Amino acid sequence: MASESLWTIFINASLVNNFVLAYFLGICPFLGVSSKLETATRMGGAVMFVMLVSSVCAFGIQLLLVAIDAPYLKLISFIAVIASTVQLVEMFIKKVSPALFRSLGIFLPLITTNCAILGLALFQTNKGYSFVQCIVYALGAGAGFTLALVLMAGLREKLELAEVPDVTKGTAMALMIAGLLSVTFMGFGGLGG
Amino acid sequence: MAISSKSSTDEFIKGLWRDNPVFVQVLGMCPVLAVSNTALNALAMGLATAFVLIMSNIVVSSLRSFIPKQVRIATYILIIATFVTVVDYVIQAVSLDLYKALGAFISLIVVNCLILGRAEAFASKNTVGRSIMDGLGMGIGFAFALFCLGAVREILGAGSLFDVQLFHDSFQDWVVMILPSGGFFTLAAWLLLFNWLKQRKERKAKQDESAALAIRGEVA
Repeated sequence: MASESLWTIFINASLVNNFVLAYFLGICPFLGVSSKLETATRMGGAVMFVMLVSSVCAFGIQLLLVAIDAPYLKLISFIAVIASTVQLVEMFIKKVSPALFRSLGIFLPLITTNCAILGLALFQTNKGYSFVQCIVYALGAGAGFTLALVLMAGLREKLELAEVPDVTKGTAMALMIAGLLSVTFMGFGGLGG
Repeated sequence: MAISSKSSTDEFIKGLWRDNPVFVQVLGMCPVLAVSNTALNALAMGLATAFVLIMSNIVVSSLRSFIPKQVRIATYILIIATFVTVVDYVIQAVSLDLYKALGAFISLIVVNCLILGRAEAFASKNTVGRSIMDGLGMGIGFAFALFCLGAVREILGAGSLFDVQLFHDSFQDWVVMILPSGGFFTLAAWLLLFNWLKQRKERKAKQDESAALAIRGEVA
């Protein structure tokens, strides 16, 4: 399992097993922030960034937990460390680059409890990836999340102008589009292997 | 006394139907869609979530005067994570098959926004008794919704319910319902049904109101 090539991992995480459309992780931001294209792009960027940070953290924690033989602390330490790291990173960005903070800022705290982040940390430890593989996996998952979010936002912007029955307005419509997108993504099934 | 018992029943009913976490509030979507491919998985996930919700509600509400306001969210998450770890190990001990089917999604109960939402919005402000009722109602409502989704997907996608074949062999499985996209479609269909019921109720209320007005007008 752990001997997959980096390219395979990237394709798998971003297209074949897209976190949103195949694993259903991060559905809340997916439905919540996908009504405007611009916010969707920024949100995607922020998620990718947090995924990278938390992936590195999770890799370190896993090493530590194996060393002290306490696997039952995995979940608690993952969530606690990821949440506090994101807080630290947020403060750091605010100090160093206010412009970047303005574009990512509001989303950072929201993302901390996004299940895609914790899911990524859990999956990478289950699969036993090496450090470089972890980073590629995080990048792929982030890219896949951004892709799904941007596609969804584009569709929903168009739908604003369409006439749909009253009953289907809102979440029901968003879910139906997500279902169609998910069917489309199944077409990537043969890629990457 | 009569009032308080009535209101705690109300807390229970509220979660079950009027404010159903899945169909009305649309909270905690990730596990709802991911593990509802069979009725059994869905029910197990629903019960696991309900257990965590009730336990965390109890602990949060009994500690509510000790938890400093600034670190409350972190504290809630730690409490929830503890119970999730317990559930994770219990399921692994009881049924390994179920554990494999649910996979990482048991651990992901930690970030289910429903549980954190109830801790923040209800348990941190109410007594232990009322929090238990709230947890029970929301938890059972969540499990019920998951079961509805899981049952529809299993019946259409595999022609069975709890692994019991329902149809004749000639039934053609709708494979798409078992696949991820089926989750989106089924949930959308349930939401449509709920929207429709709500609209019909509103329209009826409006008609009743105008009828009452007309009668009053005639009397006057």
